[in-house]
Amino acid sequence: MAEPVLDLRGVSKSFGALRATDNVSLTLKPGEIHALIGPNGAGKSTLMALISGKLPPDSGSIHFRGQDISRLSVAQRARLGLGRSFQISSLIPEYSARRNVMLALQARQGHPYRFLWPVMRDRGLMDPAREVLRRVGLEGRASVPSAELSHGERRLLEIAVALALEPRAFLLDEPMAGMGTDGARRLTAFLDKLRAEAPILLVEHDMDAVFALADRVSVLAGGRIIAAGPVAEIRANAEVRRAYLGEEEGA
Amino acid sequence: MSVALFAEQLLNGVQFGLMLFLMAAGLTLVFGVMGLINLAHGSLYMIGAFVCAAAAAAFGSFWLGLIAGLAAAAAAGALIELTVIRRLYDRDHLDQVLATFALILILSEGVRMIFGPFPLYLSVPDLLRGTVDLGITRYSLYRLALIGIGIAVAIGLWLLIAKTRLGIQIRAGESDREMIAALGVNIRWLYTVVFALGAALAGMAGALVGAIQSVQVGMGEPVLILAFVVIVIGGIGSIKGAMVGALLVGVIDTMGRFLLPRIFAAFLDPAQAMGVGAALASMLIYLLMALVLILRPRGLFPAHG
Amino acid sequence: MAEMRREWIVNAVLAMALLIVPLVALWINEPFYVTLATRVAILALAGVGLNLALGLGGMVSFGHAAYFGLGGYVAGIMAHHAFTGLPMWIGVTGSNQMLWIWLWAALLSGFLALIIGALSLRTSGIFFIMITLAFAQMIFYFTLSWPAYGGEDGLPIFVRNQFPGLNTMRPWDMFILSYGVLMLALVFFAMLRAARFGAALMAIRQNPDRAAAVGISPFGVKLAAFVLSGMITGLAGAMMADLTRFVSPAMIAWQMSGELIVIIILGGVGRLFGPVAGAAILVAFEVIFGGITEHWQFFLGLILLGVVLFARGGLIGLLAGRARHG
Repeated sequence: MAEPVLDLRGVSKSFGALRATDNVSLTLKPGEIHALIGPNGAGKSTLMALISGKLPPDSGSIHFRGQDISRLSVAQRARLGLGRSFQISSLIPEYSARRNVMLALQARQGHPYRFLWPVMRDRGLMDPAREVLRRVGLEGRASVPSAELSHGERRLLEIAVALALEPRAFLLDEPMAGMGTDGARRLTAFLDKLRAEAPILLVEHDMDAVFALADRVSVLAGGRIIAAGPVAEIRANAEVRRAYLGEEEGA
Repeated sequence: MSVALFAEQLLNGVQFGLMLFLMAAGLTLVFGVMGLINLAHGSLYMIGAFVCAAAAAAFGSFWLGLIAGLAAAAAAGALIELTVIRRLYDRDHLDQVLATFALILILSEGVRMIFGPFPLYLSVPDLLRGTVDLGITRYSLYRLALIGIGIAVAIGLWLLIAKTRLGIQIRAGESDREMIAALGVNIRWLYTVVFALGAALAGMAGALVGAIQSVQVGMGEPVLILAFVVIVIGGIGSIKGAMVGALLVGVIDTMGRFLLPRIFAAFLDPAQAMGVGAALASMLIYLLMALVLILRPRGLFPAHG
Repeated sequence: MAEMRREWIVNAVLAMALLIVPLVALWINEPFYVTLATRVAILALAGVGLNLALGLGGMVSFGHAAYFGLGGYVAGIMAHHAFTGLPMWIGVTGSNQMLWIWLWAALLSGFLALIIGALSLRTSGIFFIMITLAFAQMIFYFTLSWPAYGGEDGLPIFVRNQFPGLNTMRPWDMFILSYGVLMLALVFFAMLRAARFGAALMAIRQNPDRAAAVGISPFGVKLAAFVLSGMITGLAGAMMADLTRFVSPAMIAWQMSGELIVIIILGGVGRLFGPVAGAAILVAFEVIFGGITEHWQFFLGLILLGVVLFARGGLIGLLAGRARHG
């Protein structure tokens, strides 16, 4: 069995009396899509913050490609190859789509302390940025400031920025949110192919997408993982249906 | 160095700290409730001092002057809140800094136009002249009264915030602005009242200190910056932090100026010791601030989260 | 694109105007206006420094007078020792060579900015403003109470320091030197803004979480920008000391920090020529209104208030429209 790319071992985080993340262990293996689902308030956001480095864990460890990254900053984890997208589009508003992608490229290519050479004449940034935008279908919108893009386009640009990092693992936080059925279907097809480049830890509310894409599913409730396994198993799990899926369908 | 002199300096430090608290409390309340940085807080201090001095001279009574100074500062506070400050709540800090910096220019020159370019003098009220025997030292009765007033105001402020309806609204405003709107509180009115309250405290400090210093344009800003140091040390938005920070700054600054030249005199010649000691003493509280920043970046008593 | 071209036209007009005004003044034999234009150029240079931190990096430093004043004192102290012949520290004598003085002014200001920045950047927002203001006040009180170099009386520079090939005591020579340094600083600013470093810095200002998520550490980039910013403002301080032939704690007073921010705001935050426009407005306002009423600061306050409340974007924003970044 292949060594996991991302490996959480007994990770916990409390805010005062609230145990937002309670002894969570999970792995992300090469080539797979591992979906993380759970009702609102289950602790998905906290867990994402712990993995990305926004919050330090109280206990437990997070290993990435064999290295303990529990104490590294967000930027350090990103440079090691953890590429995340945000739940609510979080781009550089005044920058064009192209420059948002170029920012990710320049960070991957090395340190940002290059003081004098203009980025807009930097073929090492311009060419790959064009290629990345073409892959997500935004090449026609390259020079539009990200604040002026439509909601769906901003979701795609989130993915493009993550792609530009050429990460060793993707951390995608509700990429389908507000995409509409058509957009969601196309993005599902895209992510399906993306897993060959790097495994994806996918937090998603869209159950159609989760069941279509995921190799494995972990269900989070009250900060704990209450069930984990292959898609079919989770679908059949009565406790999960009660705690989560039933609720979703009823709502 | 005698014990009496040491005790006197310590009391001076406490007195200075309590006056700083009056300034810092208003600043930190305004930030806590409205999220606003107000550079013009020092101008309200100045207004309190000027009006107190002018009214005391006109009526022949320090106490009438004090009331006038307090009222003038509160009124000026309410006026600038209604005309300028309330347009700034939704703005970023840069806009707040600039607009309140503009207010400093306007208010300083305004006071100069009204009261003339020369300092005013305000004398200590007859009732509080002279010194009082505290056993280890004789101490200025007026400064002792300032300590008493400072403590009384601190207790009053604590009661106001802990026990009254206004206090509940202020605390609600600090934790959740949408909630107080949902509670049916008139936020605009609440903001004006909080700002005027902070202004009154600043005006009071200005009037009280005016009797032991000269009353002049520009007297407010050095105190304002010290109040910033107090808030950074104490934790922004926290009244308790403002109290602890103010006493720390007041005592350390006063004792530093008193002790450091004497300490250096032990191994330097007197003139040099005075220079080096004074220069270092002037930096002490900022070094304290740096230390707090390294150890507790959000201050000793962070109010939020 | 049209807006960008318009901004370049505005910039070119400003650069030409700043050159032509003193030329005309020289022509009609009014050296006072040459010195005034020199003042504008040096204040603008200090503003270019602050614009790097504030405009590009979003760091509202209310303590840049500390670097301005430190630069001034470096010039004053080195000239003082060159004049008196007394050694400064162990064997080091002073100097009256501007280039050498500038080097030290920039290095020491950068070092001070490194210390203050490393502490202040642990916080953000309102804390950052108050802390930078407080640290500048610390330097202010230090110079006030340190007796060796004049204390509150300040320190005169009897003869302007020298620059190879120029007679710095002649107003025009001093002007063209200041103008040249300003233009170099503007070129540096423009290149920096267009380069990877500028891209990272402006991204951090707009969305630090996103910058970190693509692997750019906000702290390091901001600190580097803060240090460069302090160095440029320190250099301006050294030149200002030579222009007025006097340094005093007033250069470090909080009003000076406020004035530098006002220069940026009046001209336009983050705009290349914003500090030039802002410094010109401020100096012109002082000369014109200061001649009419001694209470000119009252009206400056009113205008500043009006700009903040109703005309954000400053003069460049008014003339060239909103800023865009490719």
